[in-house]
Amino acid sequence: MMDAVAAVVAFVAALATVTFVEMVVRITVPYLLAALGGAITERAGLVDLALEAKLLFGAFTAAAIAHDTGSIALAIAGAAVAGAAVGAVQALWAIRLGADQIVTGVALNLAAYGLTRYLLQVMYGQGSNSPRIDGIGAKVWSSPLTWLALVLTAVAIVMIARTRLGLRVRAVGERPDATAAAGVSVAGTRLAAVLVGSAIAGVGGAQLSLVVNGFVAEMSSGRGYVALAAVIMGGWRPAWVALVCLGFGAAEAVQVRMQSAGTGLPPELVRLLPYLLALVLLATLRGRGRAPAALGRGA
Amino acid sequence: MTPSGVDRGGDGARFAELRAAAVALLAAMAAGSLLIILAGASPLEVWRTLVARTFGDAYGAGQVVFRATPLVLTGLAVAVPLRAGLFNIGAEGQMIAAAMCCAVVGAALPAATPALLALPVAMAAAAVAGGAVGAATGALRAYRGAHEVIVAILLNAIIAGVALWLGNQWLFVGEATRTASVVEGARFAELGITGSSASSSVVVALVAAAAVGWLQTRSTIGFRWRMIGGGPDAALAAGISVARDRVSAMAAAGALAGLAGAHFVLGHKHAFEEGLGRGVGFLGVAVALLAQGRAAAIVVSAVLFAALSQGGLGVAELVPKELVDVLQAVVVLVAAATLGRTTSVGGGAR
Repeated sequence: MMDAVAAVVAFVAALATVTFVEMVVRITVPYLLAALGGAITERAGLVDLALEAKLLFGAFTAAAIAHDTGSIALAIAGAAVAGAAVGAVQALWAIRLGADQIVTGVALNLAAYGLTRYLLQVMYGQGSNSPRIDGIGAKVWSSPLTWLALVLTAVAIVMIARTRLGLRVRAVGERPDATAAAGVSVAGTRLAAVLVGSAIAGVGGAQLSLVVNGFVAEMSSGRGYVALAAVIMGGWRPAWVALVCLGFGAAEAVQVRMQSAGTGLPPELVRLLPYLLALVLLATLRGRGRAPAALGRGA
Repeated sequence: MTPSGVDRGGDGARFAELRAAAVALLAAMAAGSLLIILAGASPLEVWRTLVARTFGDAYGAGQVVFRATPLVLTGLAVAVPLRAGLFNIGAEGQMIAAAMCCAVVGAALPAATPALLALPVAMAAAAVAGGAVGAATGALRAYRGAHEVIVAILLNAIIAGVALWLGNQWLFVGEATRTASVVEGARFAELGITGSSASSSVVVALVAAAAVGWLQTRSTIGFRWRMIGGGPDAALAAGISVARDRVSAMAAAGALAGLAGAHFVLGHKHAFEEGLGRGVGFLGVAVALLAQGRAAAIVVSAVLFAALSQGGLGVAELVPKELVDVLQAVVVLVAAATLGRTTSVGGGAR
């Protein structure tokens, strides 16, 4: 018994290190950016199930550009464009064509899984990963993405709550009819929100491939869905969403640490920690926030 | 807004849906041709090979039947809750849980158990396990207000992990990530189409499609599901227990996805294997959407997607086989766009 307590204490003490904090930051960035992007899109009234596609295309584009140019800045910009491109399809489908938003999101994710694998074959002749690139690696404090993520978080919080665009975004997500009557273009505002939100999510994808110095097929591995769970749990408010993502990042870092520390717990189950956490929170945190009234209603 | 594949009836609506399917196929071929050219191959040759390797010979056709069987079942697993305004993206997890349960029960039966007893028992185990996962998802939505799409995605990951753990810990035999084989009696007979894997589980899929068709159009529970899909508030006002019937729709869906798991265990692998049936649950979404949730159309839609999957292997020497994954996604995207305002999953937000 005392041994077990001592082991737990030792484990927790071992967590309080700089490298652990760095790991949490590194893991949190993709969740954070995907979820902030998702929050902006959803506040405008569009269901954002395509976060997975944005992360994956962002990661692939960043790796491809870094491979060709060696420029991290261009890679990040490319990832933002890739995310926005997914968002453009999403917006066209939802706003102009009135397609079902959940279906569109799921189809875009399927397309992302297939197309990135196809392009890997066509461009590099390899089925599951890109050639090694000079990415960012394990750096955290000198990584531009860390600071970009911080800035984008602040931007998202301020934009939604304090700016004219943010007010319009919230308005089209709640009462599109009233907003239209007030002379604001519902379609235009939604398009702007989706493009901005999707670009941010795409940058989250850049973090995935640049820190491991290459693209790996399906490397988003469900993070887009967990990010959407974070949006819901954070009540669609960027600051809360960011906190939830930090929680997921910490949970995943603890999980990684527990595996390497060999706690005796089965690794197959330890790996599920973030998912279990999300599920329990979803089932218990009822009524934390309210979904935008016009969410998923189409144009 | 017209919700969730509610039968709008009339030849006009039917024609619009057929047109949507045709447009989706043509658009997928156009997008596919671009990708083929990008890969430096000839579109004409790829399309010709794709058809030749699927419907061109008995083996190919048999493989299409084999691949279509679980797709009919996961397609139905998406279609049933769709009518009730719920989006079941959890067929993948429901299928894995069911396959594991089915394999354990099928292997635990006495070796001499006759097929007449062993098959139904093993299939029931699959349906119950899948149904339980579906019901849990439905209950979290109905009673806790948790978004069923997110819950299902999380459950998919959790179930895959737990299945792997159970397998590694107790169930996998030898070095392989494979459980013990099910008894002889608990196996679907192979149809014997020149070496293809098609088995008599296709009968299960067709019976399930007929049963769902009947449920949707002729039964009171089907009527209640439709009412809930049409508008939960109106259904509640009419005295329907919306929460309970949402759970029942998801339980039925889970059971159907479970039978897809049984197809792989009892009709093909004769055991549970890591990675078994991967992607079939997600593809069921595409199958159901293209078919607008109608049981008979799901069979046709499943054959189409099965042919694409099988054809992908056939053209692998010409282009990367992932081509067909993109084609399948494009079919869904374009169908969703063409059907546009005429249809919706309904209550997509919550």
